[in-house]
Amino acid sequence: MPVYLPIAEISVNLFLILGMGGAVGLLSGMFGVGGGFLMTPLLIFTGIPPAVAVATGANQLVAASVSGVLAHWRRGNVDFKMGTVLLVGGVVGSAFGTWIFAFLKDAGQVDLLISLSYVLFLGVIGGLMFIESVRSILNAKKGIQVRKKLHQHYWIHGLPFKMRFRKSKLYISALLPLTLGFFVGILSAIMGVGGGFIMVPAMIYLMGMPTSVVIGTSLFQIIFVTANVTFLHSVTTQTVDVMLALLLMSSAVVGAQIGTRIGSKMKGEQLRSLLALMVLLVCGKLAFDLVLTPNDLYSFSVITFKGH
Amino acid sequence: MIRVLGLVLVLLCTTGSQAKADGSLVTDISSHLISVTSDFTGTDLLLFGAIKTADQYGLSDHGDIVVVVRGPQKRLLVRKKERVAGIWVNTQSIELQKVPSFYAVASNRKLSEITDEGTLNRLKIGEDRLNLLPAENVKDPTPYTQAVIRQQNEQALFSLDQSAVYFLGNALFRTSIHFPANVPVGNYIAEVYLFHDGDLISAQTSPLFIKKFGLGRRIYDFAQQYPYIHGIAAIILALFAGWVASAIFRKD
Repeated sequence: MPVYLPIAEISVNLFLILGMGGAVGLLSGMFGVGGGFLMTPLLIFTGIPPAVAVATGANQLVAASVSGVLAHWRRGNVDFKMGTVLLVGGVVGSAFGTWIFAFLKDAGQVDLLISLSYVLFLGVIGGLMFIESVRSILNAKKGIQVRKKLHQHYWIHGLPFKMRFRKSKLYISALLPLTLGFFVGILSAIMGVGGGFIMVPAMIYLMGMPTSVVIGTSLFQIIFVTANVTFLHSVTTQTVDVMLALLLMSSAVVGAQIGTRIGSKMKGEQLRSLLALMVLLVCGKLAFDLVLTPNDLYSFSVITFKGH
Repeated sequence: MIRVLGLVLVLLCTTGSQAKADGSLVTDISSHLISVTSDFTGTDLLLFGAIKTADQYGLSDHGDIVVVVRGPQKRLLVRKKERVAGIWVNTQSIELQKVPSFYAVASNRKLSEITDEGTLNRLKIGEDRLNLLPAENVKDPTPYTQAVIRQQNEQALFSLDQSAVYFLGNALFRTSIHFPANVPVGNYIAEVYLFHDGDLISAQTSPLFIKKFGLGRRIYDFAQQYPYIHGIAAIILALFAGWVASAIFRKD
């Protein structure tokens, strides 16, 4: 059944869009990642203009994250204090990222830089997570008990402005989550994603937060970052397609609810290894596309003048 | 308007002594307005007409009809990829001016059999005769323009069917023009040319409008006119959708 999208200005198959939204929602609920790094490429692959895909994807992520956060919140798995500190960094970072984005766009190579940053970040994070999670699964199978500290102590914990995060069982410098939020904010503005796939591993490995709290807190922070992106795109480029967003939301929120239930039943290291595999898969596909000879060496876009 | 005037001038020049341009061709389209609504999946328009002067040529000879539908013109930025250090990178680009966003040609037989190359070029009939010019001086724009034509054809936005005009008797003809789902909105123009033994006898143009209607139109206008409210509305909608879904699934 075809549906006409008013902003994207094309007709799409209703069930294809609903299916995509549901699948990405399921994964986002399971892993606590917004799923933007999957949704945006999928939408573009369907023929939706990249600018519309990025802006609408962000809008959809707001809904998916809200639904996810509420589910985690009821389980007491959201560290609001940590989320707020991350958020402050995130807002500043995304504003800075938007500026970088505009600068790169003028330079004419923004697509390539987006692809390259995807490949780099997805590759490094996916690789590290995969190695770590497989090792811990193997250790568990062999029955090796690695004596677990709550978290590692190193130079990062010597930084000033220490804050206590009860829910995360951490007493660390506020500079750490602020910097992380800022950094992820930049990336999410450039790559058009919520940034969960960077935020989640960074919270686990860099800050030593417990896995159970990480997902809810990451989702909490993503709500605000994606809402900010939605607003900025709506104002500057008018590329938020509400019709498309509504279709994606309606299936993604259902998927996310189911995903959250599946996720809570799985072991942390299983979850991490699956997420790592998925991240590596997307990374591989993007890297392959960069190297593979394209079907058509030429591409064109309509030059529009913005008239007010 | 300018195009219509230009066409009249072209007609005056080409038909010259024959001077049958006025009234020898009567044409119409099944609809002059295509409404792009939320369930729009593309449409076909019937273009039909009568040749009034058919009697002069006898029953066996009805002449040739060429129908051209042109969409609004756009400026395009065409980029070329090259392999740099193993990866494909956009290296060169040119700007093309006045590229029709839709271009369909239908005729009753091969264009080359209907009239000579010069006439086709002058009337810009056939995608290779659109005379797509780059904005600045480029050494060889041909691969760029060919790429645009190729990709527009793949999307069914450019088409050429040299056996799509059907004659009923020797005076009546009809053809149907397909508009795919991704057809750009705007003001179109449908041109009908009557040739006889390679000479342009008459031409008719009719306007054609493709517009958004219904909910889609309202959403589009709102997004354009009130971007701030639209952005906030989109966020509230998303917050609400997330909350509703969470509330529905709250069992535990």
